[in-house]
Amino acid sequence: MRSVCVVGASLAGSRAAQTLRSEGFDGTITMVGEEPHRPYDRPPLSKQVLAGDWQPERTALSAGLDDGLDLDWRLGVRATGLDLTARRVSLADGTAVAYDGLVIATGATPRRLAGTEDMAGVHVLRTVDDCLALRADLDRAPLRVVVVGAGFIGAEVAATCRRRGIEVTLVEALSVPLGRVLGTEIGSLCGELHRDHGVDLRLGTGVEGMDGADRVERVRLADGSAVDADAVVVGVGVTPATGWLEGSGLVLDDGVVCDETCLAAPGVVAAGDVARWTHAHVGEAMRVEHWDNAVQQGAHAARRLLAGEGPGAGQPYCPVPWFWSDQYDRKIQLAGRAGLDAEVAVVMGSLSERRFVALYGRDGQVIGALAMNWPAQAVRWRVRIADGVAWDDALTEARAGDRP
Amino acid sequence: MRVVVDFDLCESNAVCMVVAPEVFEVRDDDFLYVLDETPDEALRPKVEEAVRRCPKQAIAIAED
Ligand SMILES: Cc1cc2nc3c(=O)[nH]c(=O)nc-3n(C[C@H](O)[C@H](O)[C@H](O)COP(=O)(O)OP(=O)(O)OC[C@H]3O[C@@H](n4cnc5c(N)ncnc54)[C@H](O)[C@@H]3O)c2cc1C
Ligand code: SF4
Repeated sequence: MRSVCVVGASLAGSRAAQTLRSEGFDGTITMVGEEPHRPYDRPPLSKQVLAGDWQPERTALSAGLDDGLDLDWRLGVRATGLDLTARRVSLADGTAVAYDGLVIATGATPRRLAGTEDMAGVHVLRTVDDCLALRADLDRAPLRVVVVGAGFIGAEVAATCRRRGIEVTLVEALSVPLGRVLGTEIGSLCGELHRDHGVDLRLGTGVEGMDGADRVERVRLADGSAVDADAVVVGVGVTPATGWLEGSGLVLDDGVVCDETCLAAPGVVAAGDVARWTHAHVGEAMRVEHWDNAVQQGAHAARRLLAGEGPGAGQPYCPVPWFWSDQYDRKIQLAGRAGLDAEVAVVMGSLSERRFVALYGRDGQVIGALAMNWPAQAVRWRVRIADGVAWDDALTEARAGDRP
Repeated sequence: MRVVVDFDLCESNAVCMVVAPEVFEVRDDDFLYVLDETPDEALRPKVEEAVRRCPKQAIAIAED
C-alpha cells in the first residue's frame, strides 16, 4: 500500500491519519475535507464557543501534536463519488484522488425541518461556521430563542443561551427528554434541569411550521400554540453523510455498513459518526455519534487498513461506547448503553442531589452506567463493563465503595 | 518533555489515567494528580495518546 485517501478531515479522519503514521506508514496520505478548516474539536461549539468564552481558534485538536504528519491537504472540496474498482475518489472540483487504501470519515449532517431550510434566523449546529452564524444572531439582543429538540445538542444550546441571559423555549416531541437514551426517570430529571434554569419546556409536541417576513418571527407548534422567536435552533438529530457514496457498490444503511473490524470493502474502512459496524460482543450492528468513538474507531480503522489480509486483520472493534454532555452546572456521562427496557439502580449519590451514579442492567449483566457530576465514576464503570461485570457483583462493589 | 494540564478544563474523568497510569492519577478526592511532570522519554507514546484521548483537550506537552 503506497497511498491512502482519507475523506472527511475531522476527528475520526485525523485520528486515522495520525495512527497510520505512528504505525509506520510512510506513503502518501491525502486528506479530503469539505470544510475549509483544518480538523477542529466540535464539542466546544455548543458550549464555550457559543457562549462567547472562546474564540474558534481554541478548538484546535491534540495540542498541535499532529502538525508534522506530512499530509496532503485537499480542504474546501467535497468528495462526490467513489469508483471501487479503479480505486479512485472524485472531487467536486473535477479532479480525482487515486488510492490503495481509503478511510471514509465523512461524519454526519444535521437534519433540518422541511420548509425552513433557507429561512433566515433558523440554524443548525454542526460546524464552526454554523456556530459563528448562530453566535452572531445571539449577539443581537434582546432575543427570544426557540430550540427544537431536547437531545444533547438542543439541551446544551438551551443551557448556553440561558447562561447568556437569553429567553429560551425548548420544544421536544417526546414526552420525556432523552427518554430513549437515558430511560424515563433520568430523562425526566434532565427535563427538570431545564425548568429550574428558567427554560419554557414544551414536551410531547412537534413543530408545525415557522412564519416570518424577512426572517423567522414565530414557531407554530403541533398543539396549536405559537411561540415568538428571533432565532431558532433545530437539533433534531443527524444523518450519516453517505450521499457521495450512492451507487458506489458499498452497502449503505443508515451509515456505511462495515464488518466487525470496520472494513467496508477490500481496502476500504470507515470510522466515526458515518460508520455502522457489527459489534462482536453485543452482536448487533451499531453506529455511534460520540467524540470518543470517533477517536478510537479512527485508530482502529487505520490499523485494519494496514493489516490488509495479514495478521491483525481479524481484530474486531469492540468498544464500550462513552460520551459526555455538559448542561448548566451538570456533567452527564454515559458509558455503555441504557435503554428503556433495562433495569436501573442508583448506586452512589442520589437523584435529588443531582450527583449520582446509576447502573443499567439486562440479563444479569451491567450494560451501562450513567454518572451525573461524577466524571471519574463513568470511566471507572466503563472499565468494569468492558470486564463483563455481573449485575449483582456490581451492586455489591458499588455500595461498598460509596463515599459521602 | 514536560506534561502540562490546564486544570480549568480538566474535569477529572480519568481517561488519561487509563491510558498512562504512570503519569496521571485521579484519586478518591476526585482530583487529577500529575504523578510525574517530566516523564521519561520512553513514556512519550503513552503521554501523547493521553493528549489525544483527553475529551476536554486539557493536556499538552511542553518541550523545555
Ligand atoms: C455542537 C456539537 C457538540 C458536541 N458535543 C459532544 C459532547 O459533548 N460529547 C460527545 O461525546 N460528542 C459530542 N459531539 C459529537 C462529536 O463531535 C462527533 O461524534 C464527532 O465530531 C464525530 O467525528 P467524525 O470525524 O466522525 O465526523 P465529523 O466531525 O462530522 O466530521 C466529518 C467531516 O467530513 C466532512 N465531509 C462530509 N462529507 C464530505 C464529503 N462528501 N467530502 C469531503 N468531506 C466531507 C465534513 O465537512 C466534516 O468536516 C458534539 C457534536 C457537535 C456538532
Ligand atoms: S483525560 Fe483530560 S479531563 Fe480527564 S482527567 Fe485527564 S486531563 Fe482531566
